[in-house]
This record gives sequence, structure tokens and C-alpha cells, in this order.
Amino acid sequence: MKYIDEFRDGALARSLGAAITREAAPGRRYGFMEFCGGHTHAIARYGVTDLLPGNVRMIHGPGCPVCVLPVGRVDMAIEIARRPGVILATYGDTMRVPASGRLSLLKAKAQGADVRMVYSTQDAVRLAEENPGREVVMFAIGFETTTPPTALAIKQAEAKGLANFLVFCNHVLTPSAISHILESPEVRELGTVPIDGFIGPAHVSTIIGSRPYEFFAEEYQKPVVIAGFEPLDVMQAILMLVRQVNEGRAEVENEFTRAVTREGNQKAQALVAEVFELRREFEWRGLGAVPYSALRLKDKYAAFDAERRYGLVDRQVADHKACECGAILRGVKQPADCKLFGTACTPENPLGSCMVSSEGACAAHYTYGRFRDFSRKSAAGGATP
Amino acid sequence: MKRGFTRALDFRHGQVEMTHGSGGRAMAQLVEELFVASFDNEALRRMDDQAQVEVPPGRLVIATDSHVVSPLFFPGGDIGCLSVHGTVNDVAMAGARPLYLAAGFILEEGLPLADLRRIVESMARASRGAGVPVVTGDTKVVERGSGDGVFITTTGVGVVPPGVDVSGSRARPGDVVLVSGTMGDHGVAIMSLRENLSFGTTIESDTAALHGLVAAMLAVVPGIHCLRDPTRGGLATTLNELARQSGVGIVIGEDRIPVRGEVNSACEFLGLDPLYVANEGKLVAICAADDAQRLLGAMRAHPLGRDAAIIGQVIEDEHAFVQMDTAFGGRRVVDWLTGDQLPRIC
Repeated sequence: MKYIDEFRDGALARSLGAAITREAAPGRRYGFMEFCGGHTHAIARYGVTDLLPGNVRMIHGPGCPVCVLPVGRVDMAIEIARRPGVILATYGDTMRVPASGRLSLLKAKAQGADVRMVYSTQDAVRLAEENPGREVVMFAIGFETTTPPTALAIKQAEAKGLANFLVFCNHVLTPSAISHILESPEVRELGTVPIDGFIGPAHVSTIIGSRPYEFFAEEYQKPVVIAGFEPLDVMQAILMLVRQVNEGRAEVENEFTRAVTREGNQKAQALVAEVFELRREFEWRGLGAVPYSALRLKDKYAAFDAERRYGLVDRQVADHKACECGAILRGVKQPADCKLFGTACTPENPLGSCMVSSEGACAAHYTYGRFRDFSRKSAAGGATP
Repeated sequence: MKRGFTRALDFRHGQVEMTHGSGGRAMAQLVEELFVASFDNEALRRMDDQAQVEVPPGRLVIATDSHVVSPLFFPGGDIGCLSVHGTVNDVAMAGARPLYLAAGFILEEGLPLADLRRIVESMARASRGAGVPVVTGDTKVVERGSGDGVFITTTGVGVVPPGVDVSGSRARPGDVVLVSGTMGDHGVAIMSLRENLSFGTTIESDTAALHGLVAAMLAVVPGIHCLRDPTRGGLATTLNELARQSGVGIVIGEDRIPVRGEVNSACEFLGLDPLYVANEGKLVAICAADDAQRLLGAMRAHPLGRDAAIIGQVIEDEHAFVQMDTAFGGRRVVDWLTGDQLPRIC
């Protein structure tokens, strides 16, 4: 596969691994947070940690759009889906996110709610056109990458005069989540999460550019390297982070130059700014209420806002008591530290959101890495013939 | 004897109606003019409610498989030939010679008779090609909206020759794992139609009957331990089934697994993993290490095994993990499929 295989090359990976091992100071420990679930997934799927020296540790961040959705918002989506005459359009991953009362959108669908999986907001607009007698609500989730398509769909619905197209907006913002982590007591005071630097988002950065990260680098003295989602991108970014730490630098560097510029996609930014405005605060699973971390529809587009049309009220719902998703999303714990991991909570039967999405830290570790949790004796035997 | 139907079935404009399943004259006409005419064989011509057939000595193998694929027609095949190949392959994976098929049809009211004929004729062609006749069958019609055009259940019987003992529970540490060709062709062919995604090249389903290949393999290595066709859930799921059944681990090498470039690209684009995508004309074989090269040679000498490859080996592992050395240089679990990658593909 042209333009893909080049970024998964085994020989290049080994030489990058050797360079990281050579340059990482033996007496020092390096902890880097990959913010995005896309990076978490790549690290697990390609076995990136196998190529890293023992003193370089990756900490999974909260950048998985499905994982950070709090139970209360999923409950609201189910409430919408159960309204008579409503079709709820949703991205596939959100179907299985556990909600209150052992429900999920998938279970609500089995009970009769009309929930449709869509690949894009365009599919939802089409649904609204095809079903003029029904209200079609797009369950809009995600970071800056999925926000412009939602804005575009609203603009299209407006242009087409589609009064039956609505958006249940759950779009969240990356920079506010990063500063929230950097402000958290675990990172600032207790030192339980030794973050020496960040691998910055790939796709999010194509929209917002690299400039928003300059603040963290300077204010918190943490290096940020924006990297693509291919495994070699991740390896290269780790090497760049090791070098910054060794040289005492804290800068924003861009490994993903093939897609990310300093200014980002200004057209998309303008579109988002036209349709959305900041929420005063928004609850994130694991991080709690984070100020100015999410978007809602501007008054001008209130007619398309499902929350306003249905008079929905935010509610706080506690996670499963033993679920460690919160601590895992903050990087304080690892999936295997959770009592439920692999026992009560599996990808087939997720209790916490990190087990739902393939980008979630728990699902990635369960699906690709859990053999490491057992005795290496049998697992390590037998290389490929 | 002159048949009592005043007008022949209208295969050009006609549709399946409720009367085609009600047991009356319309059903008899459909059975005679379409099913018996297409599948034509001695047992079927007798028009009994069951088939009486001769069976050679050996262990009898029975397998059944329901086919609910959507869309009904896809590049490289259709639900008709798929329903023959699927069951013939299930029988063959016991190391058996498939002998006879039974077919049950659930038709949805309104299905164009032209489509039904196309499907039945494709089935008949596949059955003749495989040398496995459809000797008995059943037809039901459900109301419009209660089906998806046509569902076909086929049951196959076959006989295992003496000295052959193939089972998913016979993999042993040290054994070698082989596949008969490229992975993921069928599932991607279906997916590209369903999502109305057209690619620059057409990816065709690999649907095929594998008993000829199996016979050629057993002729060279009668002591093959395991055979299985990686259909729903793909190679990953099949390897996990075999590992669990045998109580062993399996380690495969990513760069050894044959995957077509266009399938790889389509999977990349659709966010799928070719290891989890269905195949309908491929098999996984596990044999003793000493037999592996000879088995590989026999597979490659057969037209359906041209791209065969050794992809890994069986190890001791009480957790029955399937692991993979990635082309990137790391190692990871190749887990069971969670949820649905592709709805209704076979």
C-alpha cells in the first residue's frame, strides 16, 4: 500500500528504536503522554512498546472521543432515541457505551428505539431528507476533527430548509483537556503521573494547527511533538521528545508536517466558529467538569439544537464504583491496575467507556497487549518459524 | 405424464407470491419448473419428501449452514453459489468427501422470479461443478418485510475415508499453520457493494468449493491435524477457535499472511482489519512440522491453493492466545472479533 507501508516499515522502526535506546539517558526515566486514542491504538496494535527501552514509558491520555463521554450524556442520547418519531443517528462506537440501568444505545435499539449507525453527518442529513415525517437527531461527538462536519451538516440543513434535522452536540476541545491534565494535582503536586512531554494529536491538529500547543510548552515547560497515527510517526515523535528532554527544551515540534501546519485548516475553523460557541463547562468522564472545554450551538442555530428543542437537562451520573476509567483517562492508572479489567469488564461486556472504543486504553490493551500481563514463559516461546 | 400447469412461470416479470409457499399447485409448479429442472438428479426426480441415497463406507459427516447475505448478488458470486460452497466446505473441513446437499429456501413475497431463477441456476452450477447434487429441499414464503429477498439453508453430508482424523482439537505445540491463499477477499467484495463504495478495481469474492483442494492435501499428508475455513470473523477468529479447542497458543507472522494489495487498501480505508474479514474459498491447515513443506507444495500445486503460505506455528500456552509478530517489529494479541465488523456477509 503506497503512502501507508512506508510508515510501518519494520527496518526503519528497529533503527528508530535503537536511536531512542542510545539517546535515552540510562539513569533517567522518561514518561510521555500520547493524548490521542489513535496513538494509543497504534502503539498497541503494532507493538511499539516492544521497541522501546525500559526507561521510556508511554502514558495513555484522554483523547478518545467515546471514552470521555460521561454516562449522563449517553443517558440523554437514549432519552432522545426513545422519543416517539425520532431517529437517532450515531457513529458506530457509541452504540455500545454503557449507560445507566445497564442500558446502551444498542440495547435501547433492541427494545424498539430507532437508532441508526452512520458513517458521517452527511448520512444523517440524508436520513432527514428521506424521512420528512420524522425528526432525525445526530448524536454528534468527538474532538475538533469531527466538529467541522457537524457544522457543515447544520449549514446544509439550514440551506435545504430541513426543519427535522437536529444535533445533540457533545463536541469537546483538546487544548482544554490538556491544560486540565497539567493542572491536575497528580501531575502538579503529587508527581504520581510523571509527564515529561506530550505526543500531540494528529487529526485534531490538522484542524486547529500546532499553534494552540505553544501555550503548554511555554507555560508548563512541557515539550509537545505533534505526530501522525502511523507507528513510525509515533516512534519518531518519541525520539524527538527524548531529545527535547535531554537538551532541556520545551517546544512544540511538528513530526506530522505532511498534514499539519501552524495555522491549521482555517476554513474549518471559521465554519466551526460560525455555528458553535463555548460551553461554560462540560463534564468529561474521568476528568470531571472542565471549564470551557466543549461546544454548543449558537443561538442563531438554536432550531437545530436537540437539547433546546426537547428541553433536556444535564444530569450527573456516577460511574461504576470499581471502574478505573477516570484514573486511566488521567494517566494515573494503567488498564491492568483495574480490578474489573478482563474479568467483569471486557470488550464484549464493557462496564467502562475505555473498554468500548478501539481507541480506548483498556480495549487496546485487552485486544492487543494482555498477553504481557501473564507469565511471559509460554507467551514468549516460539518465534514465527 | 402431462403437467397440469396451464401457464409456465413468468420468469421475466413474475414475483414470488404467498401461494408459492402454500403447498398448492403454485408451489408444485415452482418446485418442478425451477428447482427440479435446475438441480435435476435421480433422487430429486422421484419427488418424494425425502431423498434416498447410497452411502459408501466410512464415518458420516453432516454440516449445515444458513445463508443470509445482503446484497444477494456481488462481484464473484451470489447467495446461490455461496450456499453450496459454504456447506461443501464445512463438510470438507472434516477431511470428508462431500456427497449430497439438501437446501431449504425462505423466500420473501415480492422477490422477482428472475432473481430467484438466477440464484437457483447459480446454485445448480456450483453443485454440478463440485459434483455434489442437491437431492432434497424445502420452500417457504414469508410476507413482504419479513425476509430479505431469500435466505438459503443448506445441509451437506459426506464420508471421511478411513485413516483420516481431522479436528480442531488436534493442534499440538510445534505444529505448523498454513493458509491456502489471500485473506479478506469475500468480505471486502461485499462491503464495497453495501456501502456503495466503489474502488478503482473490483475486488471479487473468493467463493469456491474446497473439497478438491482438501483431497489433494490429504493425498500427500493424510495425517493433517486441523482444517477450517475462515469465514465469518476471518482468519483471526478461526485461529482463536482452533487454539481454544486444542488448548494451545498460536504465533503468526504478519508479513507471512497473504493479503491482496487492493484488499489491504480497502480495509485501511474502511477501518477494517483483513484478519477479521470473511473468506469463502480459503482454508487454514495445521500439520506436524515435518509435513509442512510437502503440504505447502501440494496446496500450491492446486489452482485454489496457488498463494498458499506457512504463516506461523503452534506453541504451548495455557491462555490459548493467538499472537502475532507484527511486520513493524512488535508482538501483539490477535483477539476474537468483538461485535460486528460487517453485518450479514454469508
